[in-house]
Amino acid sequence: MGILESLKTLLFGKRDVSGEKQDEKPGSAKAEKPADVIIEEKASIIKEPKEEKPVADKITVGHVHMSGCTGCLVSFADTYEGLLTILDKYADLVYCLTLADVRHIPEMDVALVEGSVCINDHLSVEEIIETRKNAKIVVALGGCACYGNITRFCRGGQMNQPQHEGFLPIGDLIDVDVYIPGCAPTPQQIRNVCVMAYLLLKGNDEQKALAGAYLTPFMNLAKAGTEACGCDIMTQVINQGLCMGCGSCAAACPVRAISMEYGKPQIERDLCIKCGACYAQCPRSFFSFDVVNQYEGIMDAIDAAMQP
Amino acid sequence: MVLGNYKQVIAARSTDPEILRKAQDGGIVTQLFAYALDEGIIDGAIVAGPSDEPFKPEPMVATTREELLASRGTRYSISPNMALIKEVTRSYGLDKVGLVGTPCQMQALRKGQLYPVGLRDVADKIALAVGIFCMENFPYQGIIQLVEDHGATKLDNVSKLDIGKGKFWIYTERGATVDLPLKVTHKYEQPGCHVCLDYVANLADISTGSVGTPDGWSSVFVRSAKGDDIWAKAIAAGAFETKPMDSVKPGIDLVTKLATDKITKNQKYLESRATEYGVGKALRNPYI
Ligand SMILES: Cc1cc2nc3c(=O)[nH]c(=O)nc-3n(C[C@H](O)[C@H](O)[C@H](O)COP(=O)(O)OP(=O)(O)OC[C@H]3O[C@@H](n4cnc5c(N)ncnc54)[C@H](O)[C@@H]3O)c2cc1C
Ligand code: SF4
Ligand code: SF4
Ligand code: SF4
Repeated sequence: MGILESLKTLLFGKRDVSGEKQDEKPGSAKAEKPADVIIEEKASIIKEPKEEKPVADKITVGHVHMSGCTGCLVSFADTYEGLLTILDKYADLVYCLTLADVRHIPEMDVALVEGSVCINDHLSVEEIIETRKNAKIVVALGGCACYGNITRFCRGGQMNQPQHEGFLPIGDLIDVDVYIPGCAPTPQQIRNVCVMAYLLLKGNDEQKALAGAYLTPFMNLAKAGTEACGCDIMTQVINQGLCMGCGSCAAACPVRAISMEYGKPQIERDLCIKCGACYAQCPRSFFSFDVVNQYEGIMDAIDAAMQP
Repeated sequence: MVLGNYKQVIAARSTDPEILRKAQDGGIVTQLFAYALDEGIIDGAIVAGPSDEPFKPEPMVATTREELLASRGTRYSISPNMALIKEVTRSYGLDKVGLVGTPCQMQALRKGQLYPVGLRDVADKIALAVGIFCMENFPYQGIIQLVEDHGATKLDNVSKLDIGKGKFWIYTERGATVDLPLKVTHKYEQPGCHVCLDYVANLADISTGSVGTPDGWSSVFVRSAKGDDIWAKAIAAGAFETKPMDSVKPGIDLVTKLATDKITKNQKYLESRATEYGVGKALRNPYI
């Protein structure tokens, strides 16, 4: 299919196809770095003697904190040493109020936005608009940014901003490119999207194709709308004659709102916090044979990409 | 590729008479997990356990040989084994998880590993996924209908159900056999099965089923690197008796034929959902 091969080429290609060149360039003795492959064409950068790592080809990433709980960022950090690998090889964190002292939203390749937007807080509205203007790819990170999640239940009336009552998922104010649903989104999912976003922006055509294929479902979710609920399992899966009773939705639900009764999901709607995990995880919401049939190779490759 | 990727296909059965006594076919699933448990390859496995209703499977985390033995045999109704896939790594505390499931459950598992939206820390704890062939499944109420109404047999008295040789077989504890033509079973099939494009669990590490081999034996596809490794070790340990697939009847051709039939039929239904349900409207297609 080419997709897997291209990922392998990206990760191991230098060793396979241009081992001889390696010897000519003492500065790039480590061939595993995806960036090395790309760097090859940019001889000027690699010859720069002070440049120990090919940082020039990293993508820039920012974390934008709207009305969220920082749990999405904690999930990002919960890739543990994976986070360091990502920051070391693939991405520069150019903005993140929790972790760095950059005060204003800069330009960036990828904005990871967590939280929804309080439309009664003008600064928040300004910030989400600025984020869209400054970012090539806007990712709604987590249930709140994608779907409102728990902030769907806000209705104001609390000290000391009782008028802060209207909260919207970011997709209701700006165009969003990619969703990562879940409350919290999983570290592994964030990691996978990071690797794929890097390929999408820095890879060759084939690598872009892989990343595109992988990310397509999350782009489609972003196009599909800003509402999620356990009801999606009913309206989009069971009502559509697609449910086969696997139980993935029940496993995915963070609040155990779904139980399986005689092989079908039973949704406790008053427990549901509207995070959208159940529908996104359901194999009958989206399923791409192109990508999933190559699970073995893709998982190995992501593991390899995460090696420090 | 109706049979999916695989490294080898063999006819096999367990060498353990106790496992075989109540296994559906060659006892491949139970033997694989029992061996993997003994060797520490898995800490436990999600299987279809017994429940308080006869032939109604209930997902269960088996961490002992006894629990594995209790899960033997096919229950032709839905066992949502994936429902435990996160819990097994939480309160059960398993690091090396085994899982048995139908092809759709293998798809759910692999999607969950590649796109873990709500399945934190699950992906890399999957040690052995065993898939079972599956033509279709039934809601439990459908099984009651088939056995008690069409078969005029009390479900409490049934010892084994089997679909094979074009019939739905009901075996009772007292030795009676009732068979129903498959035609009567069709309307009880789970509707979600009609969009299913996988017969032999293409995404499992090892998949197995009855079709292709004689009674008491199983057809086994060894698929992934993980599956290959575990299968080789299990063979070396004498867990299975094997025969080359081309030495048994009816053999791989029948497996290929049934797989092709299933996929062709369901592909057609998928297409009809886009054109024949409604005017200017289409039912949703999950495959992108
Ligand atoms: C709904 C269904 C349809 C099937 N259709 C076919 C078919 O068309 N052709 C074919 O060759 N084989 C089919 N099989 C597989 C076959 O019936 C046997 O399950 C398989 O050969 C394994 O036998 P064994 O002796 O190796 O397993 P055993 O050692 O007897 O163990 C059986 C295992 O299957 C699990 N199991 C039982 N019921 C279910 C269930 N409902 N869902 C998930 N897991 C379950 C148990 O947990 C146990 O681990 C089907 C199975 C099911 C559940
Ligand atoms: S049912 Fe659970 S997983 Fe689904 S949206 Fe509600 S809280 Fe989220
Ligand atoms: S995950 Fe989807 S197919 Fe599986 S039980 Fe839930 S709704 Fe049905
Ligand atoms: S036919 Fe397909 S969808 Fe139905 S139970 Fe079997 S594998 Fe699952």
